[in-house]
Amino acid sequence: MRRAIGAGGRLAVWSAPLAFLGLFYFYPLASILALSFGRGERGWMELLFETLAAPATQRVVGFTIWQAGLSTLLTLAVGLPAAYLTARYRFRGKALLMALTAIPFVMPTLVVAAAFNALLGPRGWLNLGLMALLRVETPPIEFSGTLGAILLAHVFYNTTIVLRTVGDFWSRLDPRLEQAARVAGADRWQVLRRVTLPLLSPAIAAAALLVFLFDFTSFGVILILGGPRFATLEVEIYNQTVGLFNLPLAAVLSLIQLACTLALTIAYTRLAERISRPLSLRPQTYTQKPLTTWRARLAAGTILLLLSGLLLLPLAGLAARSVIRLEANRGESSFTPGLTLDFYRELTINRRGSLFYTPPATAIGISLAYAAATVGLSLSLGLPAAWALARQPQAALSRLFDPLLMLPLGTSAVTLGLGFIISLGRPPLDLRASPLLIPLAHTLVAFPFVVRSLTPALRSIRPRLRQAAAMAGASPRQILVKIDLPLIGRAVFVAATFAFTISLGEFGATALIARPEYPTLPVAIYRFLSRPGALNYGQAMALSAILMLVCAGGMLAIESLRGGQSEF
Amino acid sequence: MKKLFFSFLILSLLLAACQSAAPAATNTPLATAPAPTKTPPAAPRTLTVMTHDSFAASERLLRTFEQQYNVKVQILTSGDAGSALNKAILAKGNPLADVFYGVDNTFLSRALKEDIFEPYASPALAGIPAEFQLDAQQRALPIDYGDVCLNYDKAFFAAQSPSLPPPQSLEDLLKPEYKGLLVVENPATSSPGLAFLLATIGHFGEDGYLDFWKGLRANDVKVADGWETAYYTEFTRAGGTRPIVVSYNSSPAFEVIFAEKPLDEPPTAALLADETCFRQIEFAGILKGSKNRDLGEKWIDFMLSAAFQQELPLQMFVFPVNPEAKLGGKLSQYVGFPNKTANVSPDAIDARREQWLSAWSETVLK
Repeated sequence: MRRAIGAGGRLAVWSAPLAFLGLFYFYPLASILALSFGRGERGWMELLFETLAAPATQRVVGFTIWQAGLSTLLTLAVGLPAAYLTARYRFRGKALLMALTAIPFVMPTLVVAAAFNALLGPRGWLNLGLMALLRVETPPIEFSGTLGAILLAHVFYNTTIVLRTVGDFWSRLDPRLEQAARVAGADRWQVLRRVTLPLLSPAIAAAALLVFLFDFTSFGVILILGGPRFATLEVEIYNQTVGLFNLPLAAVLSLIQLACTLALTIAYTRLAERISRPLSLRPQTYTQKPLTTWRARLAAGTILLLLSGLLLLPLAGLAARSVIRLEANRGESSFTPGLTLDFYRELTINRRGSLFYTPPATAIGISLAYAAATVGLSLSLGLPAAWALARQPQAALSRLFDPLLMLPLGTSAVTLGLGFIISLGRPPLDLRASPLLIPLAHTLVAFPFVVRSLTPALRSIRPRLRQAAAMAGASPRQILVKIDLPLIGRAVFVAATFAFTISLGEFGATALIARPEYPTLPVAIYRFLSRPGALNYGQAMALSAILMLVCAGGMLAIESLRGGQSEF
Repeated sequence: MKKLFFSFLILSLLLAACQSAAPAATNTPLATAPAPTKTPPAAPRTLTVMTHDSFAASERLLRTFEQQYNVKVQILTSGDAGSALNKAILAKGNPLADVFYGVDNTFLSRALKEDIFEPYASPALAGIPAEFQLDAQQRALPIDYGDVCLNYDKAFFAAQSPSLPPPQSLEDLLKPEYKGLLVVENPATSSPGLAFLLATIGHFGEDGYLDFWKGLRANDVKVADGWETAYYTEFTRAGGTRPIVVSYNSSPAFEVIFAEKPLDEPPTAALLADETCFRQIEFAGILKGSKNRDLGEKWIDFMLSAAFQQELPLQMFVFPVNPEAKLGGKLSQYVGFPNKTANVSPDAIDARREQWLSAWSETVLK
């Protein structure tokens, strides 16, 4: 008796994720594109070709792809060694390290820019140190307004994607495959090139796709760290929409951005089909060893130093700034920085009797509530989608839907935000001013992450396992519960941490939809940063430090949930 | 395995809890037991006000308004001023709110051309100076204003030897002694950035402003994406290298009010010389299709009242258009106003914005 799922069943599995995407993504997007083109004086095809032919557009598209590709390569270069370390070795403080490396992902761009400037800016520690060392008058390192600043910020933000996606997969690869190759006479380099990397390639490709799309639609980093000489498609769309209200041109640029995303994702899905292979995934207790040899310790030390310098040092600088007072006391003429908790104390005082004053505890609660909702929603939508993709990669439905699932990551937030306004404004779905729209928007971003984290793990499960269970009379549901879910348990937690951090750090959509009485931590930080006065700036830094703690705490909590669960 | 499912269960419960809790929380505060009056009051209506994310008001004042008219005021913030206006325009016909507040004179023509407001001849307008009333048809009513001016770091200029006075005019900025000292915001992405560009157009005229910017470029002007980066990263006060920054005439006063430790005088000052500042005026209007026009009128009158206007500086860092509103102690002590700002009409801004921005970008960035 064979209990395969028929076409009807497949559609049923797809129905929830597709209904969600249809209602909250495709419908608003189609509405705003149609309305925008309707405002133009000419047909949209004509405008599209004219825009594509313009050298200015080609420059922007070229730069967008160029910086995203470069950023992705650099992120892989940093993330892969780190993934190796956490995947293959057991060491003390690993859980904390994993939690800390997730923090950059949630930090608001303005705050990150401030952190980098404190280190690398013209008056940053590094430049001041070098100026003293080299006895020169001008800062030797030029940072803000350079391509280097953009790349560094992208690596800072996205290393966690590679570390988690690839690290999880790597930690379950059977080391016997590599050992066998060594026994057969291959050297370390050959093993890496011929065995490890090919086996890892599905996870690396998935991580690279996610990182690339994030960099491809980069907005804040380009504006704030790159400065006005750099523009990505996303920046141009914002300028055309908000600055000039040229909706037809903004819509054309959005279409170009979408087309690039779609082409890339289709290329990825074709590649993934070729490189995915069933594997015997092993529990971590089996694949990981302690750091015993000097060689391993040296490698681990180097990787940890790199990670700390790149990811943790800027964060530590921010946290330090939140407890350091820079202004002199009244009457004191000398400039003596001192330690203070004033900024934290001030956060709890509603000095202006303001209507939208939010105590930090409330902002934490609001951020966590949205994040929990995003985790729940994106997992319940992402699991069936990933399952369907992994089970029938060749089915027409999968081939059609797989690339579509990634589109939200390549969509301009400004465009989609306006789409919500015009499409979700009629009862029973007048969500335009609803706080519900925030977890919905966060889920749109988190959903592709969930699917991409789960699919490689699901695909690697040997079909024979399922077939054997089916032969023994297990129903598809039993196979899912007894075989698939236990085997991908780890990947589910990786997906959950992504959904959690995406929601915790999201600013663009949240600010557009925000109900001022429910500010998230990033929105509250931005409120302080947009006002003059050292006290306001200090409070923004204090809230940023709180956001770091909340993020690390949340990651550790998710980790501990997993801790007690046996993997097989 | 059980634990995994358990955590799923918890997450879905959390999700459900958020869904039911969030909307309920918005409705509950006033839906309490009837007040001990003889006639039970009708359930409060809701007035929705759409604005940008810099909106702030005191709770005390807002509750007074709510009690007076038995209304619940719902404030919607929708990103920066430009984004919020775009949303209001696209929601035309099925408005998200009853009143929109926060369109300034650089966006005024866009709002009027898109025809999103209904005229309202508020009696309160009688006391408002004519210079603020830019819409003769009274669809957009002035609420507040602020002047975008150059600010400088007093300590930096005091410490220079040989001594260097702060600049006294826009032309001064072209002198070699001020080379590398100025940071401005990109007018394409920043509202004070656009205001400063308009100040230069107002002062030098359409024929002369590009030459001025060419000179600024030659004098190593720095362009930041927005006010936050310019003020908190590039400005010398924040550890940057530029002692002159485009900010507001009010910024020095707020450096005193929001200092880490009490200060005797502001560490910065604004340059208020003739035709160096641009005046931003913010307007409010009743959105077409509002179902609560009567309440919307009351809200606009309320925003123009001396009580609300008096709070504007400390809540939103802008100044009252109503001359009856008095500035508080520290403010009146530390804020200065320019006698003559450099003006450009809203119509000209709307018609020429794109051209000016691209010419500026060609001149300064390319």
